[in-house]
Amino acid sequence: MAATTKHSGAVKEPLIHITRRSSMAPWKGILIRAAAVVIAFLLSSVLAYLLIGADPANFLKKFFEGIFGVNAMSANLRLWKLAKDTAILLLIGLALTPAFRMRFWNIGAEGQVLISALAAVAVVIYLGDKIPKEYNWLLLLLMLVASLIAGVIWAVIPAIFKALWNANETLFTLMMNYVATYFVAYCLVKWTPDGSSVLGELPKGHLPELGNSYVLLILVTLASTVFMFVYLYYSQPGYEISVVGESQRTARYIGVNVKKVIVRTMVLSGVLCGLAGFMMVAALDHSVTVTSVGGRGFTAIIVAWLAKFNPFIMILTALLLAFLNQGAGQIATKFGVSFAFPNVVIGIVLFFVIGCEFFIRYKLHFRKRTPAADADNGKGGASL
Amino acid sequence: MEYAGTQMQPVLELRGISKSFGSIKANNNVDLELRRGEILALLGENGSGKTTLMNMVAGIYFPDEGQILINGEEVVIRSPKDAFDHKIGMIHQHFKLVDLFSAAENIVLGVNDGSKYNIKNVNERVRELCDRYGFNIDPKEKIHEMSVSQKQTVEILKVLYRGADILILDEPTAVLTPQETAKLFDVLRRMKADGKSIIIITHKLHEVLSISDRVAVLRKGEHIATVNTAESTESSLTEMMVGKKISLNIDRPEPKDTVWRLTVSHLSGLNEEGLPVLNDVTFSANGGEILGIAGIAGSGQRELLEAIAGIYNPDSGEILYNDPKTGETVNLRKKTPLQIRELGVRLSFVPEDRLGMGLVGSMDITDNVMLRSYRNGPLNLLDRGTPRQLAQDIVDDLSVVTPNLRTPVSRLSGGNVQKILVGREIASAPSLLMAAYPVRGLDINSSYAIYNLLNEQKSHGVAVLFVGEDLDVLLALSDRLLVLNSGRVAGIVDPRCATKEEVGFLMTKSHDEGSDSADDGTEGGAL
Repeated sequence: MAATTKHSGAVKEPLIHITRRSSMAPWKGILIRAAAVVIAFLLSSVLAYLLIGADPANFLKKFFEGIFGVNAMSANLRLWKLAKDTAILLLIGLALTPAFRMRFWNIGAEGQVLISALAAVAVVIYLGDKIPKEYNWLLLLLMLVASLIAGVIWAVIPAIFKALWNANETLFTLMMNYVATYFVAYCLVKWTPDGSSVLGELPKGHLPELGNSYVLLILVTLASTVFMFVYLYYSQPGYEISVVGESQRTARYIGVNVKKVIVRTMVLSGVLCGLAGFMMVAALDHSVTVTSVGGRGFTAIIVAWLAKFNPFIMILTALLLAFLNQGAGQIATKFGVSFAFPNVVIGIVLFFVIGCEFFIRYKLHFRKRTPAADADNGKGGASL
Repeated sequence: MEYAGTQMQPVLELRGISKSFGSIKANNNVDLELRRGEILALLGENGSGKTTLMNMVAGIYFPDEGQILINGEEVVIRSPKDAFDHKIGMIHQHFKLVDLFSAAENIVLGVNDGSKYNIKNVNERVRELCDRYGFNIDPKEKIHEMSVSQKQTVEILKVLYRGADILILDEPTAVLTPQETAKLFDVLRRMKADGKSIIIITHKLHEVLSISDRVAVLRKGEHIATVNTAESTESSLTEMMVGKKISLNIDRPEPKDTVWRLTVSHLSGLNEEGLPVLNDVTFSANGGEILGIAGIAGSGQRELLEAIAGIYNPDSGEILYNDPKTGETVNLRKKTPLQIRELGVRLSFVPEDRLGMGLVGSMDITDNVMLRSYRNGPLNLLDRGTPRQLAQDIVDDLSVVTPNLRTPVSRLSGGNVQKILVGREIASAPSLLMAAYPVRGLDINSSYAIYNLLNEQKSHGVAVLFVGEDLDVLLALSDRLLVLNSGRVAGIVDPRCATKEEVGFLMTKSHDEGSDSADDGTEGGAL
């Protein structure tokens, strides 16, 4: 007995050990995530002080001014812009979600949206003059159909290759982005006789504005969110997506046609990308350039992942990313630093948001034994 | 120092070890001691905390409370490396090997003894170890070319190479044929004679009795007792393990009103590598009887069942199913699982790979129960109401241990996973039920629950195909026993009068040389 007590003094329990949590109250999870964002902002302002000499309080103030404006008028403007950016990101994220739940790593949303935007513009350029002004709705309908078809084609080609020959979808969809970009560049050269490759605003094919040009986009996105949620969690095709994603052998065992599910799911992805491309042209830009999508096809991947592919949570993650982008943009202008610094801030916030998942999934135990407790344990254990 | 120098000094001693995962207490105040040069069997039902306890010795988990003593000295084991430093090595149920490396490369991987890496020396040392303990391994052979038992040997060598004196084997026989098990036990006895101390985790009572010196029994995370094997019997161990007396006899009610249900004729097919895996297989199965299927692993059992279920597509032959309602006969070959269901064939299949084929690990119990019936909802939507009720019934009737129906099945223990799978397959009121290794990895209580379910289905007039590995069980449960050997039907025997030796012979005899291998067969059967 004496020996045991003596030994336990010398023996060191690890300082920290990590165990998996079986569950956690939802409010705790929300609190941890909120804390992560707050800490990230504090760290960013300290970094801003060290790197660009910005007063931390002023740094945070400017960041939030980027979103909430300096007065009522600019607040109105900026909040609407935030809502628009959120909606676009969300819409593209929704397009990616069904494929991701099937573990089909589609990183080609950028190209799928861009080619859809191009298709909508092409309809205006080739048919705009042939359709009288009263029939604007017909032109819009044709644009929508063209966008959807283009999006589906871009999405379904890698799906068919995956289904038939198990071709790697990640590389394939990535390559399709480049094809789309250069095809747009080619068309722009063709459509601008002056050789400028700048199309300018199209005179026709504008969606009607409800209040302002963003409202319709936001409504369409919200409807898509609800649809996608029901599709994924409460419909038979959505259930098949989950089964195929987890185990193709299980899918075959219950008689699911795996090839059909892969293609069908990517058609759905393509439709939503087509919708996003159409909305960008008909409601927002009324034009297309090689950078029309501007990396949002990739940012949407983060939106989908952060939300663990839950459409409703994606509203929040899309908002977070749009929020960061807008605030960081303000920082860049107001402090006269390059866009690299705002990107550092975005990186820090994402790092914390993703990193805090660790504390939600695992529990840390710190060494808390006192020598007295050790002795007790020794006695309790050594009951021989 | 009190014990030092005496024979009784245990090499490994656990004192008051407790470990919880969330609200579940996996181990509660467990004391255990392992003596030098003994084989200690660790026995317990599924989820009784055997693996958790050993993982704490091997440095995978860290105990919440309690002490670990090696040769009387308290130690702290934080990582598998610490465990190796204390000469403890664990052979896990799931192998951790690099497929493209050779045996020797896998064995030396991660060893840092300060000397320069020289594969020739490693090969030489591995060969020495093989000679010493009687392993049959070529150090230069690549892992992906090896059989399961050879891979296990590499895992054991890995531990010996690092100089382990205490070896822990987690259910090593679960993946082995009777012959391979016998070989493994020879090796273990040789290691014991060499002064190694061994802990072996297993469910199989006859193995415990044949290999171990002492048996430690765990029940619900607590240490019940450690007894000398020589003073134990199967029933005394069972009683300690389960906590009550249970009968170890398997029922075999006389089949009545048997009717022809299925004929497989001249079925042949290739596997993914293009090698023949089914070779002219012909047999019939009747409603109201259990047809047992025996054979060493990989003799075509899986392909046979998957062919009937429409998952595997054989090259030739016929699978004729007679519908008990309409009396019509249909050929199921070249039909997909969906077409088979649309024909109204009530076929249920419990596949060998539970989480890889029968269930979806990340989905909850309700959604897994829904796998067979999700198409029943209105308008392409899902109706979770009926499956939820069925899931609750399965959980209640088969006493599945789960926090609730929303728990992902991958979090459940093996026995509970199997109960959900079998429960779902039986729930669809099949006329043909196929079960592949339905009790693999299950403890005694769960195994008997499954046997009873199969018998119940038989009494309802279902044709049951039961692929098993334990010959005692196959002989006790089946009404007829079909023996597969390298994709051929080696014979169909009457299990009421056949012996294990006869079946073992049919399982292992080679097709060209009948008499030579007869000896092998008897040896295998005699285990």
